[in-house]
Amino acid sequence: MTRALISQGPLPGDEPVPSIDMSTVLAGVELVSPVLTASGCAAAGRELDQFFDITAIGAVVTKSVMLTPRSGRPTPRMAETPSGMLNSIGLQGPGIDRFIEHDLAWLSDRGATTIVSIAGGSVDEYAKLAARLRIARGVSAIEVNISCPNVENRGQVFACETGSAADVVQAVKRHSDPRMPIIAKLSPDVTDIVSIAGAVVRAGATGVSVINTLLGMVINPDTMRPHLAGITGGLSGPAIRPVAVRCVWQIRQAFPDLPIIGMGGIRTGLDALEFVLAGADAVSVGTVIFHDPSAPMRIQGELQRALVERGFGSLSEAVSYAHRPADAVPEVDDVLDFISE
Amino acid sequence: MPVQVKGEVLDNRRVGAYQVLSLTAPGISEISRPGHFVTLGIGGEESSMLLRRAFAIHQVQSRGVYGGTLDVVIGVHGKGTRWLADRRRHDVIDIVGPLGRPFILPKERVACALVGGGYGSAPLFMLAEQLRERGCRVDVVVGAATEEKLFGVLELKRLASTLTITTDDGSLGERGRVTDVLPEIMDRVDAAVVYACGPMPMLQRVAEVAEERQAYSQCAVEEAMACGVGVCMTCVLPVVGEDGVTRMLRSCVEGPVFRGDRVRWADVGTIPPDTLGAPVEAGR
Repeated sequence: MTRALISQGPLPGDEPVPSIDMSTVLAGVELVSPVLTASGCAAAGRELDQFFDITAIGAVVTKSVMLTPRSGRPTPRMAETPSGMLNSIGLQGPGIDRFIEHDLAWLSDRGATTIVSIAGGSVDEYAKLAARLRIARGVSAIEVNISCPNVENRGQVFACETGSAADVVQAVKRHSDPRMPIIAKLSPDVTDIVSIAGAVVRAGATGVSVINTLLGMVINPDTMRPHLAGITGGLSGPAIRPVAVRCVWQIRQAFPDLPIIGMGGIRTGLDALEFVLAGADAVSVGTVIFHDPSAPMRIQGELQRALVERGFGSLSEAVSYAHRPADAVPEVDDVLDFISE
Repeated sequence: MPVQVKGEVLDNRRVGAYQVLSLTAPGISEISRPGHFVTLGIGGEESSMLLRRAFAIHQVQSRGVYGGTLDVVIGVHGKGTRWLADRRRHDVIDIVGPLGRPFILPKERVACALVGGGYGSAPLFMLAEQLRERGCRVDVVVGAATEEKLFGVLELKRLASTLTITTDDGSLGERGRVTDVLPEIMDRVDAAVVYACGPMPMLQRVAEVAEERQAYSQCAVEEAMACGVGVCMTCVLPVVGEDGVTRMLRSCVEGPVFRGDRVRWADVGTIPPDTLGAPVEAGR
């Protein structure tokens, strides 16, 4: 089917945006909006609920939780970089039991749609995490973080190799409710992200989150040593957006029907639109939250406006639109509208 | 509860080595207490500098037509603070606040010592006023490397029962550190509480001096932050809880004011091995 479109030009800033269907179905989960928080940038939603209604966005993706409490890495844990930042938190968190009791319960009572991100040091830990979540209430999907760069042993970055990535996903799948959507979060620090995506899909992943941070490093010119206590850290923010859009594009080309959450440096509605056009069914907003705690809500509004301005009647019409054939023509009605203007 | 507002620059003036930035901050200034801080967005909407900068609230005013306004004191250290120093009247800056846990004020009319290092004296002005209103005696000590880096000496003289000044180079007041003169001042006035804001080594020594005298210390830390609202987990330091367990706490939401006897000052920048969830040594 040929979709929209001739640009209808920008709407005046104060004009209400015509309402279009922004809902999306992600790996079987119905979301009111395609805009989610990115894991690690929204804690467990409570802090951001002070700035906007967290039930009004698509979902809260919680900070990756591990089996036991974790102190994280020493400080300094971050460095500002051009249009981005490096972080080296090291998965500080309360452990799964306290998370379920304290954070997940709050999210559930609040009525937020919640995607729980889990991280482990071994396949067995991921399996145990999945088993704990199986009996917890309020989990809409599990995001399997196999790509955190801030672990002591780079061998633990399961997403860097097809075999280990598949092992983790298989274990999570086996220990979860069979209906629970399992979304694998992938690392861009690989030669061929499509082959990793293929491996996790074959292992039972319902969808993929693309991308986690890129491994980076800053040396302080005054101390002439690495700035981060953890030496290396994960690079995020608008600086990585073109890498992220490329990864979404490549995976969408290879897997036309795979649910994809796109993320990496989204700062505005137009940035989110890029990911949607490249093939993302939903987008996660991360580092920009540090700059603007209201960003998820703002971006949701801006994305809706951007879709309307381009003649889309719903979000779903725009997903993967950049993949249309070069000779695809706009719908006749739109052309006529354009000519008559 | 913090809010996010667009603040308009009312004034941006140089004071010694610092800039004092006055902003409209409707909804923030009215509920700010001494020790609260705000974060400011840097570089406008297209900025390549994503991280907000955190500043202790120095003063709040109710200025008629503007509604609530507030002042922050800025030390120019890098590109972000340079950008703030270059703002002019009517420029707009994104503000989030009030943030953090403020200083806890004593219920009784006890003597209080206030200690500021460099522009760490900024949050002590509101504090001194409120302590005085409660009938507390307020003795202030401020210090810096050199005279130019002291902040607000004249105004503090008006607010305090006594003001003691130290500089590392002896350019004003006594040569030395604030913590060299603090013990004598606390003893003289029998201070029950000491409030401090400044660099970590100063806070560590203030906490020790207080503890030696069985006084309370309330220390406002200046940790590097990315978000200021509790979601990024970058501004942590090791703090002992009431249960005796050390946790890595966020200075933005669990601080910036901590009880001095609870912070493991010597271990700041590390994860002490007995911290909850600390890495287990290989082989164990």
